[in-house]
Amino acid sequence: MNLLNLSITQLKILIEKKDIKPQELVELYIKQAKKYQGKTNAFISFDEENIIGQVKELERKLEKGFSGKLAGIPVAIKDNICTKGIRTTCASKILHNFIPPYDATVVEKLKAEGAIIFGKTNMDEFAMGSSNETSFFGPVRNPWDLERIPGGSSGGSAVTISAKQAPAALGSDTGGSIRQPAALCGVVGLKPTYGRVSRYGLIAFGSSLDQIGPFSRNIEDCALLLECISGYDVKDSTSINVDVPPYHKNLSKDIKGLKIGIPKEYFIEGVEEDIVKNIEHAISIFKDLGTEIKEISLPHSSYGIAVYYLIATAEASSNLARYDGVKYGYRAENINDLKNLYIKTKKEGFGEEVKRRIMLGTFSLASGYYDAYYKRASKVRTLIKNDFLKAFEEVDAILCPTSPTTAFKLGEKTSDPIQMYLSDIFTINVNLAGIPAISIPCGFDKKGLPIGMQIIGNYLEEQKILNLSYAFEQNVGGFKYSPFEEDKKWSSKQS
Amino acid sequence: MVEINKELVRYVASLARLEFDENELDDFTNKFKRILEYVEQLKELNVDDVSPTYHVNINKNTMREDIVQPSLDLSEVLKNAPDKKDSFFRVPRAVE
Repeated sequence: MNLLNLSITQLKILIEKKDIKPQELVELYIKQAKKYQGKTNAFISFDEENIIGQVKELERKLEKGFSGKLAGIPVAIKDNICTKGIRTTCASKILHNFIPPYDATVVEKLKAEGAIIFGKTNMDEFAMGSSNETSFFGPVRNPWDLERIPGGSSGGSAVTISAKQAPAALGSDTGGSIRQPAALCGVVGLKPTYGRVSRYGLIAFGSSLDQIGPFSRNIEDCALLLECISGYDVKDSTSINVDVPPYHKNLSKDIKGLKIGIPKEYFIEGVEEDIVKNIEHAISIFKDLGTEIKEISLPHSSYGIAVYYLIATAEASSNLARYDGVKYGYRAENINDLKNLYIKTKKEGFGEEVKRRIMLGTFSLASGYYDAYYKRASKVRTLIKNDFLKAFEEVDAILCPTSPTTAFKLGEKTSDPIQMYLSDIFTINVNLAGIPAISIPCGFDKKGLPIGMQIIGNYLEEQKILNLSYAFEQNVGGFKYSPFEEDKKWSSKQS
Repeated sequence: MVEINKELVRYVASLARLEFDENELDDFTNKFKRILEYVEQLKELNVDDVSPTYHVNINKNTMREDIVQPSLDLSEVLKNAPDKKDSFFRVPRAVE
């Protein structure tokens, strides 16, 4: 039995039965993480000593009768989520030496369930990007083809799953940053309802859009991870005080009678032919499973990118003002006046894309431009949100591609910001509305690259989209999430 | 549409406490212009009677009891400071 091929729900049982020791499992993953680091660059920080320390402490606790839903499971953490005593850089020069004095709430929750915090994953700088090419620590490469990008901004987290460098990971999603890399790497990624998961300790990008969510190999693992990180937190006043359902226990393949909406606006020109073909095949599977398929309309979809790049950047320009070289992080050297200290620190500390977004956000909020840009965008945001609300009066979930393309080549879209931004055209509106959505694998294109399908749910209906995903996954015989070693469960039906 | 030129870019940069070298400015201005041209499409819509959405949170007025709790340890917090003295962050002189 190769432990690297097991899901966390399978590993959990082996650990509970004492068939394997957490240290054995963690050491195996340390070996694998290091083996592929040179190829994928998935990790920014990987402190082996710290990881071994955690697992030894856990084993002592287990001996004393501790039990946790994730006892002994290594979970890789995106490097914009604060980890006490472990460097957290946001993939930026400006935070290259920042060691948080506290844990993010999600990290506390994972630790409370016995998880091992397993390295900090690479990302686009400040989560601003769709290809993981803006990282100060170099781009991440897609395990399916190392010449290609893994998607972004949580590229490192997605890659740890498909390269089997970790069995589970957390990312963050502001406009598609969990779902798009999940799709491009062939793994499962879920963005919860805004407020479902505490953002305390998540380094802010767009505060009204950001959510933390899990990456996994299958739906069971996704449900279990979501259950462990969700819940109200006094430290985040936007977290929702609603009970967390036992998502994992409640998983059900019975989706008969559910109505799935197919938005006609999402099958636009520019979506790759192989993607359309695979999504249509997935729709036929859902029909066979007893769901009702219905064409719906989300008429303001095409405005999402424009709205997002005014609102997210406005929020970012405010959130990133704090990086001024005073309290933490990088400080420009040999400066003798305060204003210049701010300017030179930002100039030297931020990369090009981050500067572009701070500029755009500052402009959109500036006196004289505010009404025409930020405020207008916020009004169109209402229309986009209402499109979804109206759709959910008729359907239980919405199905569409996660991304219009499969993984593209490094450098292919870096010269034109708009081309890069369009990569998120199907994911971005979900953040603007604050609803949950999942990306799951649904086949491969002619080049052998994974295709992702997105299932969008209404507010707090994570269970419904998990169940739909679960029924699909079981029907196709499991997902092929990794190019390394054939997974026997894979069914030829999907290719 | 607003005319996007180097002057405007310099002005916005000054608001954001950013700075661009002359040789970066052309490329930056062009890309900035391209994005602002793209967002012009929002003007196609009539939004006179639409109220803006600034957040999508279902919470209203989140309150908590005013209870004193320990805050982070001072020495821990100052560990990350580029420059410090006693219990303070140290910066270049701001007032002459």
